[in-house]
Order: sequence, then C-alpha cells, then structure tokens
Amino acid sequence: MNWLDLLAWNPPGWGKNLFFGAISTLQISFLAYLLGLLIGLLGARGKLSGGKLTRRLLDWYTTIVRSVPELLLIVILYYTGTQGLNSLMESFGYGPVRINGFIAAVAVLGVVQGAYSTEVLRGAINAIPVGQIEAAKAYGMSPLLLLRRITLPAMLPYAIPGLSNLWLNATKDSALISVVGYLELTKITQQGAGFTKWYFTFYTAAAAIYLAISLVSLQGFGMLDRYVRRGQPKVR
Amino acid sequence: MDFTVLIDFLPLILKGLWYTIVLLILSCIFGFILAIPIGLVQVTGPKPLAWLAGAFCTVIRGTPLLIQLYILYYGLGSLFPQIPWIRHSFMWPVLREGFFYAALAFTLSFAGYEGAVMKGAFASVPKGELEAARAFGMSPFTVLRRIWLPRAFRIVLPTLGGETILQLKATPIAALVTVVELYGAAGQIFRSTLDFFPPMLMVAVIYFALTFLITRLFNFVERQVPQR
Repeated sequence: MNWLDLLAWNPPGWGKNLFFGAISTLQISFLAYLLGLLIGLLGARGKLSGGKLTRRLLDWYTTIVRSVPELLLIVILYYTGTQGLNSLMESFGYGPVRINGFIAAVAVLGVVQGAYSTEVLRGAINAIPVGQIEAAKAYGMSPLLLLRRITLPAMLPYAIPGLSNLWLNATKDSALISVVGYLELTKITQQGAGFTKWYFTFYTAAAAIYLAISLVSLQGFGMLDRYVRRGQPKVR
Repeated sequence: MDFTVLIDFLPLILKGLWYTIVLLILSCIFGFILAIPIGLVQVTGPKPLAWLAGAFCTVIRGTPLLIQLYILYYGLGSLFPQIPWIRHSFMWPVLREGFFYAALAFTLSFAGYEGAVMKGAFASVPKGELEAARAFGMSPFTVLRRIWLPRAFRIVLPTLGGETILQLKATPIAALVTVVELYGAAGQIFRSTLDFFPPMLMVAVIYFALTFLITRLFNFVERQVPQR
C-alpha cells in the first residue's frame, strides 16, 4: 500500500475520515469562536462600563485564562464541567449523564477564547474616538442601537487583526481537544496513524489540512479587513 | 480535595518544573538564534532563500504545534530506528527520548513565530542608519553585528516577553510525548492519587507564577537597554 491509497476517499483509505475530521474541527472551532466572541462582547462591555466587582472578576478571568496553558485549561475545564454536571444531577437524584463531547469541546474552547476576545474587543472599543459615541448619545440612540449602529461598525477595523489571530488560534487549539478524546481531525489522524503505522503520512496530511484552513482563513480575513475599512483613508 | 498529598510528590513536581524551564530556555534561545537568519534572508536574501524562509514561517504558524510535535515524534521517531547507523550512534539514547523531539519541535516553532517577527524588525530599521554604517566602510557582517541586529533586537524586545509566555504555555504539550514536565508530573500524581484537582490546580498556579516572573524579567531587561 502506498501513501496515496492510504489517503484515498473510500476505505481502506482514510480520506473520508480525515475529511469529516476536518469538518468536525471546523465546527468546533467556529462555534467556540462565536461563543468566545459573545463572551468577549459582554466581557468588554463589563470591563469598560461595569461596576467595580464586575471589572475585578473579569480581570481575574482574562488574566488567569491568558496565563495558564491552553492544554491544562482544557483538561481542567472539561473535568470540572463533567464532574460538576454529574454531581448536580446526583443532587437532584438522577444518575450520572454522558456528556456530549461536542458540546463540551465547544464550551471549553469557547471559555478560553472568550478571555482573549474580551481583551481584543475592549482594545478596539477603546480605540473608537469618544466623539463618535457622544454624538450617537446626543442623537438619543438607545444603548442597543448605539451598539449596532456605531460601536460595532466603528470598532471592527481595530478588532479585525486581533480577531483574525483568534480564529487561527481557535482552529489550532481545537487540536488540543483530542486529549479529552473527542474525534476531531487530530484524534482521527492519531487513530489512522496508529492503525496503519504510517505516522509520517498521516500527520503530514493533517498538517496540510490545518495549513489549508489557515491560509483560506487569512484570505477571508484580508477581504473582511478591506471591507470594514472601506471609506477610511488609506494608510501611507 | 486534599492538597496535603502533594507534599509527598514534591521531588516529582520540582523535577517537572525543572524540565519545563529547561524546555522553555532551550527552545527560546535556539529558536531565536534560528530566527535571526530566517528573518534576515526574507529581507535581503536571494529570492529562493527568502521564499523558503517565508514558507517555513507560514507552515509553522499555520499548523497546530501538537501536529508538528507528532510529525517529529511519531514520524521521525518511527523512521530513526530503521536506520542502523543512527541506531548504533552515540546519539541514540537521546533520540529515543520524547524530550529530544519536544525540544526540537518547540525550537522550530519558536523559530517560525520569531522569524516572522524578526523579518518585520529587520525591515523597520531605518535605511539611513544602514547606509551610514556602509559609508563608514563596514563590511556587511559588521553592519549586521554592530547596527542591524542590535537595532532589530531593540525593536522586538517589547514583544519578546509575550512570545516567551506563549512558548511557556505551549510546553505542556510535551507531556503527550512522555516528557514528565510540570503537566506530565501533575498527570502522574493524578494517576497515583486519583484526585484530579490538587495536582492540576497546583501546576496551574505554578504556570501563573512563571508567567508573572517572565513578565517581570523582561520588564527588567527592557529597562537595562538604552531607549535610543
């Protein structure tokens, strides 16, 4: 058997499995990224205009998450989540539940992403000239309208580079989810490599898929960057 | 949750801490040394070399470190035993260990990330300074050693602390290839006590402290270097 047969679409080739692994990686990364953005948006708001306690708690959240290794965080959060949920079920008199690996993966990765998003979005919102926000308030915009019409579009040019990095990190960090056993690209690659003993071929194939995801994403974010900067004066 | 059991494992934890620090220092120093030519050829080197260096940075930065480590550990690691002269060389005891592959993967990874940063730094040293150096009759190597590299280093210094912290946070992956560094030590303690939180929370605190120390260290170094 040569390496082309191994990566062929149909069994005994592993092409199909790797493809669905990649889809699974993209799904986890995308949902975790969205969850992270949601946490980040709330977190940035809390850090900028929340009370003292909110700000202190958010500071702890972003500082701790950003200074503890992702792998360790993922393992700790996964374990805490599954154990916590099971002891909660037990206290209500139910037996232990099987945790859905997909949801756990998204939640864990999302909480990690959220800390980084908070900082990126906080910085971007801070970069908006105060006058624009004040003008919107003077027009009598409600906070939600202000967010939708002014804050979000005005901060995007400042946030896109950071958000682009975060998305790339999300896809790369999702490989760490393999240690808690969820079948995404890295885990499936491990299985294929271990089963066939063609380690080099399988891991290189996985690397190529991750690289393709990164390169396509970079193109996409480049386009997005040009779009949100439309109408702004060119740098240089 | 009983944290007192950790006292029995103190030697293991210290050994893990030692391995984490050694991995971090080795990979940062050798990675940075590699990053200098990688950054430089992208600015002045011949086209093919510049392309190669750029491609290296893109591949390293576009793929998960975990996959890179597995390629080296399982890929190279399964290739080496089949080559007799490697198997019988004096290097074999080293090449058999996960530590070697982890150190290699982390070094290449740091070189890839820093290579891209160094490229920007070399490019942003003002042209006039380099021209002045050449006008003094400095050889290209002297220009690099006396002017270009020190100036580029001064430019990357503020980001270097952050990059080192990112590198520290990548080290636990070494545990997945049998290196007993901090996270690996925590895993061993967990398996022998079956109590998850004490070892894991403890190493999390140690990583937190290391991050703090690195930040302090780089702030200190930055203050020692003249501003302009």
